[in-house]
Amino acid sequence: MTIIVQKVTQMMCGIIFLYGIYIIVHGHLTPGGGFAGGTIIAGSFILLVIAFGSEFLTLKKEETGSSLLESGAILVFLAIAAAGLLIGGVGIFFVNFLPKGTVGSLISAGIIPLFNIAIGIEVAAALLTIFLALLIYKEEST
Amino acid sequence: MNWWVPIFVIVPLGGAFLTAIIGSFSQAFGRYFTSFLLALVTAFALYIMFTPIGTMVYRVGGHELFDTIPIAIYMVMDGLSLYLLVIINLIGFLSAFYSISYIKSFTSENYYYTLFFLMVAGMNGVVLSGDIFNLYVFLELAAIASYALVAFGIDKEELEASFKYQVLGGISSLLILLSIGLLYWSTSTLNIADISGIIRQNGSPEFIKFVSVILLTGFGLKAAMIPFHAWLPDAHSSAPSPISSMLSGVLIKAIGAYVILRLFFNMFAITYDISLVITIIGTLSMVVGVLLAIGQWDIKRLLAYHSISQMGYVVLGVGIGMLVIAQNGPRTVAAFAIGGGLYHLFNHAVFKGLLFLNAGAVEHSTGIRDMKRLGGLASKMPVTTSTSLSASMSISGIPPFNGFFSKLIIIMAAIQAHYFVLAILAVFVSIITLASFLKVQRFTFFNKEEEKWNLKGIYVKEVPFSMCFSMIFLAVLCLVLSVLVVPSVRDIVLTPAVNALLDSTVYSTTVLGY
Amino acid sequence: MTIYLLCIALFLVGLYGVVAKRNLIKMVIGIAIMEYSINLFLILIGYVKGGTAPILSADGAQRIFVDPLPQAMVLTAIVIGLATTALLLAIAIRLYKKYNTFDIREIKKLKG
Repeated sequence: MTIIVQKVTQMMCGIIFLYGIYIIVHGHLTPGGGFAGGTIIAGSFILLVIAFGSEFLTLKKEETGSSLLESGAILVFLAIAAAGLLIGGVGIFFVNFLPKGTVGSLISAGIIPLFNIAIGIEVAAALLTIFLALLIYKEEST
Repeated sequence: MNWWVPIFVIVPLGGAFLTAIIGSFSQAFGRYFTSFLLALVTAFALYIMFTPIGTMVYRVGGHELFDTIPIAIYMVMDGLSLYLLVIINLIGFLSAFYSISYIKSFTSENYYYTLFFLMVAGMNGVVLSGDIFNLYVFLELAAIASYALVAFGIDKEELEASFKYQVLGGISSLLILLSIGLLYWSTSTLNIADISGIIRQNGSPEFIKFVSVILLTGFGLKAAMIPFHAWLPDAHSSAPSPISSMLSGVLIKAIGAYVILRLFFNMFAITYDISLVITIIGTLSMVVGVLLAIGQWDIKRLLAYHSISQMGYVVLGVGIGMLVIAQNGPRTVAAFAIGGGLYHLFNHAVFKGLLFLNAGAVEHSTGIRDMKRLGGLASKMPVTTSTSLSASMSISGIPPFNGFFSKLIIIMAAIQAHYFVLAILAVFVSIITLASFLKVQRFTFFNKEEEKWNLKGIYVKEVPFSMCFSMIFLAVLCLVLSVLVVPSVRDIVLTPAVNALLDSTVYSTTVLGY
Repeated sequence: MTIYLLCIALFLVGLYGVVAKRNLIKMVIGIAIMEYSINLFLILIGYVKGGTAPILSADGAQRIFVDPLPQAMVLTAIVIGLATTALLLAIAIRLYKKYNTFDIREIKKLKG
């Protein structure tokens, strides 16, 4: 890619990453939430790979890492949901057991922000894995 | 005790991603872990079936009814769901045990077990869900996992079959989503029990017929009824053999036949027109499936066409029950017909799974699937031959195997309800099935051509222990399941399932409590 | 009423793409168009006359909100559509490597 694309990407990818984190964390106050924010974070990583290219072996290492991160995020999600089964008193799956604060502040609404963060990491890792898998297949069979 | 219901969904989902993480370090972890976990879930389902608990209703999230409007997501385990849960997890455990030796030769083995767990988790979720959109989400989970599993060994045929399956399955999923949207538009709720109540009070019949036809198209394509059967021969014959037995044995039942039963008995009121359409579709599937099957020379393609025909038997039995209920006929006849259909569902899962595992064993040993080039395997592969003989006698309806009893019940119910043409067609199809399986047995196992294997240089021997274990277990189950006709066993296993469908309004009163 | 009929028209355009085109990638695009039309139909169902976005504000003022349930359904349907499209494209790429063509008239090894 040309030098203009590379310079602009260098400046913008950090801002895009931060914007994605903002959308994930404020998921219970503004529209967006886990899935939309995760897509934006994946977009920032994919932009880096497209603009700068990469050696084949670095891509393989990245893909293993993101695949493990994706499965780990889903297991964290299942663990938080199933923890409701073990909380004393009422044993119900997916119950909202953390204290809910006031409407409109950042730390409120029980376990919903934790779910948003887990889903955001999972979606970003999944999209990155799909992109890297297709790229590795194209590279290794030409 | 209600918290037992989500366990059937949590355990396979957790197992899937645990296998994905640990499997990237050691490939052999997924093999034994899958069979172990599915055996535990099957034992749990059997334990629940034999203790008298009754219908269990579980509200995910714990939200109470808000002014008699259900706002939580419901999971319901009644007699029909429990019956199907036992079938799904039993065949899943046996297929996973079979694939311990079969999948060893493929690369990236741990992803196979991850997808397998996801497929079982999706099917468990479909059977347990009490909410129509949740049913769609779990159905997509199971279907997408099965698209990837059909293409697992990456040959030319498997990729083409998987692409064809995906396009047709994708269109049917979109039709199902359209009908869910139309139902939400008219009733503004997503709970199955609540929708049935609102439709009974003030539903317009034309709109209900419109939505029923779209739903029947979408789910008929998933259940491979005629005329939506075009994906089934390719997908079921090109997949790896344990996946073929899972697809043909449980997937077309759990996401096809079960959903049709649940929605058309417990959600919509039973009318004469829809019952007539369902019975005609069942009869057509039965007859056309077997006529297309008898000319095939590839073993797995022949078995796939027979799947269409036997699922036609199930839909025919249930359709006769629906017709009798719609015309206010005697309740015992309807119970008899529906009981026959559901019994044939279980039998078909067992013997068709066994037949596909046998075909896989033959292919594993010799590498050939064309019947014209096989022959004389009876002396070299005794376990495969005897189990295949047991399954063939079972599917043709020879006493004392289980296929005979279920087909007999369906034919007797058709005669008692005065549908003599359907009974004659059922007997005719059974005779042609017998002829077809005599052909399979003769050309594959009993031709006297043992020396041709030494001439070709292929050394044929018996398959490894894990494959033998699954096949022997299923063959014994073929004989044991005929005990379900005995009234005391039938009351524990079949009668709750039949009652859940027969008393159509009991579902909504049990779930909502009013 | 015309809006819902236009959604169904978009569905039929996508169906035409799947049925009548020979290129594998055009079939995938046809399925994607069908799925967008169903998502659009689901969102349009939930419109309430004069309603605004269904977000509770801190001072708790009661306004007329549009129906938030179809929006949750469509979020899930978009994710499912992503998975479907990704798997279709992965299979299409592997088919290209095996057969060296995207034309479905060449890919007919299974028949009968």
